[in-house]
Amino acid sequence: MNTSVQILAFALIVPFLLVIVRLVRRRRLRAKYSFLWLGVGGTILAFALMPGLMETLSARVGIFYPPTLLFIGAIMLLLFLSVHFSWELSRLEDRMRTIAEELALARSRIDEIEDPQLTHVSAPAPVATPSMTASAR
Amino acid sequence: MTRTLVIIPALNEEAALPSVVRDLLTHVPDCDLLVIDDGSTDATAACARAAGARVVSLPFNMGVGTALRTGFRYAERHGYQRVVQTDADGQHDAAQISTLVRELELGADLVIGSRFLTKDGHYAVDRTRGFAMSILRVFIRLLTGRSIADTTSGFRGFSRPLIETFSRTYPREFLSDTVEVLLMAGYGGYRISEVPVTMRHRVAGKASHRSVKLAYHYVRVLVVMMLTASPSGRRASRRTLA
Repeated sequence: MNTSVQILAFALIVPFLLVIVRLVRRRRLRAKYSFLWLGVGGTILAFALMPGLMETLSARVGIFYPPTLLFIGAIMLLLFLSVHFSWELSRLEDRMRTIAEELALARSRIDEIEDPQLTHVSAPAPVATPSMTASAR
Repeated sequence: MTRTLVIIPALNEEAALPSVVRDLLTHVPDCDLLVIDDGSTDATAACARAAGARVVSLPFNMGVGTALRTGFRYAERHGYQRVVQTDADGQHDAAQISTLVRELELGADLVIGSRFLTKDGHYAVDRTRGFAMSILRVFIRLLTGRSIADTTSGFRGFSRPLIETFSRTYPREFLSDTVEVLLMAGYGGYRISEVPVTMRHRVAGKASHRSVKLAYHYVRVLVVMMLTASPSGRRASRRTLA
């Protein structure tokens, strides 16, 4: 790997790392994601600093064309991340649904308390049960 | 205490809802009515309130499954022994709620008001829809071992144990909220029963789903049900539903 490619890699990865650090300091990025992206940035930085590293590594795992290692690594990482984000999104949607339901129930209860006229259809008071807190998984 | 809560999921039904509520108040005066306004953009909530129903409004449109789970949560907390689900567009006959309730009193956990069990006044569907429904029927029979004639009926009754379960687990997606729940109830060990009812065809408005979306959900629900029916799916069902 020649020097100009190394400079290009630097020019791309250093601003990337700076943006990550900035986002974390402003609390716009959760720490777990910042570690992930700092790790990714650090790895690319290491490859840029030590051009021989990729050749050595790919020779170790039996890959003849070193950039292949990079592609495999990148694809696997992105695949894993997509699955992880889908999982997290599903969980967030479930939680949002629960919150929407609870909000609707709480709001209607508040309306009834503030305007007893609304309860002219014999509204029973909620029965306090342990499940009231437990059911919001 | 054996009170019954009638849950009416409603999305932009200001035209039909007042007469539906009045009908229910006349025919089942001993039941409490709860309209779940599923993020309507018209005066659905105000109309329902004015007609004499209690209203719970979701902050945005979430689908029938979410509306129903909201109702189950309400019923669970307020100690209702039975829930009846009915449509806001007036296609179900309020007078037949007592038929569903009677079946619940006889010990059923899930009662389905079925369009296809009546000899007279047969409910006609067009060929495509009829075919799609018959596939769902075959699936349910293969996966649960029971024959259910009307798998997509939105006129149902639920017992207290099922209210408690569904207040946690009722699915959100379209078709899961009608068909997959049959599987869930079956695998949870609940008693399912079906009674004949007559339904009116929708007077105004039309079915609220486009055909591409419908096809997607149709395939999705079949796949989900097969996964649920697999041995590991059944184990998971027993854990969460019993």
